Amino acid sequence: MNNTVKSTKGAEKIEINSIRWFRIISQFELQSMVWPGLIFLFVFAYIPMYGILIAFKDYDMFLGVTGSPWVGFDHFVEFFFDPNFFRVMRNTLAINGLNLIIGFPAPIIFALLLNEISTMKFKRFVQTISYLPHFVSWVVFGGLILTILSPSNGILNYLLMQLGLISEPINFIGDANNFWYILVSGEVLKGLGWGAIIYIAAISGVDQEMYEAATIDGAGRLQKMWYVTLPSIMGTVVIMLIFAISAILNTGFEQILVLQNPLNLDTSETIDTYVYKTGIQQMRYSYSTAVGVAKSIVAVLLLLSANYFSKKITNQGLF
Amino acid sequence: MSVKSRGEMVFSIFNTVVMLIIMFLTVAPFWFSLVGSLNEGLDYMRGGVYFWPREFTWGNYIAVYSDPSIYSAYFVTAARTILGTVLHVLFTALVAYGISRPNLKGKSVYMIYIMLTMFFAGGLVPTYLLYRDLGLLDNFLVFIIPSMFSVWDLMILLSFFRSIPESIIESAKIDGAGEYRIFLRFIIPLAMPALAAISLFNGVGHWNSYFDSLMFTTSESLQTIQLFLMRVVTDATFAQGMGAQAAQLVPQQAKKISPETLKLAMMIATTAPILLIYPFLQRFFVKGIMIGSIKG
Repeated sequence: MNNTVKSTKGAEKIEINSIRWFRIISQFELQSMVWPGLIFLFVFAYIPMYGILIAFKDYDMFLGVTGSPWVGFDHFVEFFFDPNFFRVMRNTLAINGLNLIIGFPAPIIFALLLNEISTMKFKRFVQTISYLPHFVSWVVFGGLILTILSPSNGILNYLLMQLGLISEPINFIGDANNFWYILVSGEVLKGLGWGAIIYIAAISGVDQEMYEAATIDGAGRLQKMWYVTLPSIMGTVVIMLIFAISAILNTGFEQILVLQNPLNLDTSETIDTYVYKTGIQQMRYSYSTAVGVAKSIVAVLLLLSANYFSKKITNQGLF
Repeated sequence: MSVKSRGEMVFSIFNTVVMLIIMFLTVAPFWFSLVGSLNEGLDYMRGGVYFWPREFTWGNYIAVYSDPSIYSAYFVTAARTILGTVLHVLFTALVAYGISRPNLKGKSVYMIYIMLTMFFAGGLVPTYLLYRDLGLLDNFLVFIIPSMFSVWDLMILLSFFRSIPESIIESAKIDGAGEYRIFLRFIIPLAMPALAAISLFNGVGHWNSYFDSLMFTTSESLQTIQLFLMRVVTDATFAQGMGAQAAQLVPQQAKKISPETLKLAMMIATTAPILLIYPFLQRFFVKGIMIGSIKG
């Protein structure tokens, strides 16, 4: 009795499945639009994900990902005891941390200040100019930074010399102590206008009646900015913060490579540049993949702890 | 309007000054580089040339454009920009249209499959090994194929396609049009603002990209303009070699160029196309961001 029930259920399932497949096939035209995209993602997104396995293997070109012998966590242990480990971890965390602390609020402040400009033409003009660096490649932008900081004829050294603040030119980019700050200032300037767009859009959506009510209550411009505008765009700010935190450790490869030189290597070598050098240049495929995986693990730990502290302090978590 | 208080006046002035400083910091580096690139090389090396050329010359540009490798780099970059952008937009739009149809079977599974790729990635080395196995290394197609599809752009297009009235598609179906016909005849024209915005961003991305040419190509003939500039900017011996070569090719300009000014001219020559289309870009990007922000 029981058996027959089971078998009819199974038969029903098969029938439902075959109906599903029939439906999919009957939509041949529509499905044929979607499937190339799915296949693309399989090849260019899922196969590399599978390729991460070589972090736990000794990758051999001739054996491929599947055939290479397992070595467990050997490459992770090797990275952990590598003299570069501390350096690249410190630099990656410091650069991304500075970027979050300075680079995240900067566009918000810019958007708030821009909103306070009453001359429409001037406002649009500032806005248009501020987007420009976003569309310039990092090679060019890095080149501009190097030109300004150049010890032989950069304007910064020239100004400092003319003002008598220094007696001989400083090689700013050649000094490892400066690298983080140069890089982060460059990133902030490059992303300032572009990052502000989303906040400007949010500010333009704020109900004008609230400002009128605040004016009647005798609020000044700064008070309106603080008590009306800022709380109104807080939702956008939180969403952007979640994006920023989840992308932490994922920023900045191109810019670092442009500004990096042998003199500042001590503070400019990050996980990403280290992966590039050990993986692509030295062809230590398994080791560099393990380094990349270690980065992802640190990023997840950071995200979890940010969430934990956010819950502890504000009773609100990201997830 | 009430009379401005003294505090507000101070704030207005402070605010304007801040904006002027930001604008100066943004524009000045470009200006200094342009001025330097139009100045004689040896004179530039003495310093102090920032706001206006002291010894004006076209020599640096003549030298830059006398190097045959810049034409090859321009050509490769232009080809990848045009071909890459067109294929990217058409392919992504096609898939997005398919996904946007409410009657698509298996849609929820497809969406999860697509979304997962936004959160997990294989990283540099597995990607590199995949390209090697596919024969994409040191191949022009490495600029085109891996960037043909983007999940971010798919999301933007999805929200745009959903705003197209269903009645248009329904009536086209009643007239006997197939899905591909609807896509080409109705969806593409209707989605033109979104497609144009995505094309512009993608085109700029292609033009500015040096990551892929650095990672995945080695031959000189595939060198993009950004990689060429990267070598000039970061490798002093490369810049000197270029200067020496230029001095040989155009001897009458030899005295007017130096590696430093050559570098500046090269930077301007690389950015010029972006600066030329910037006014057009500017019209689109606010729109593009708005379309994107509907989703997120």
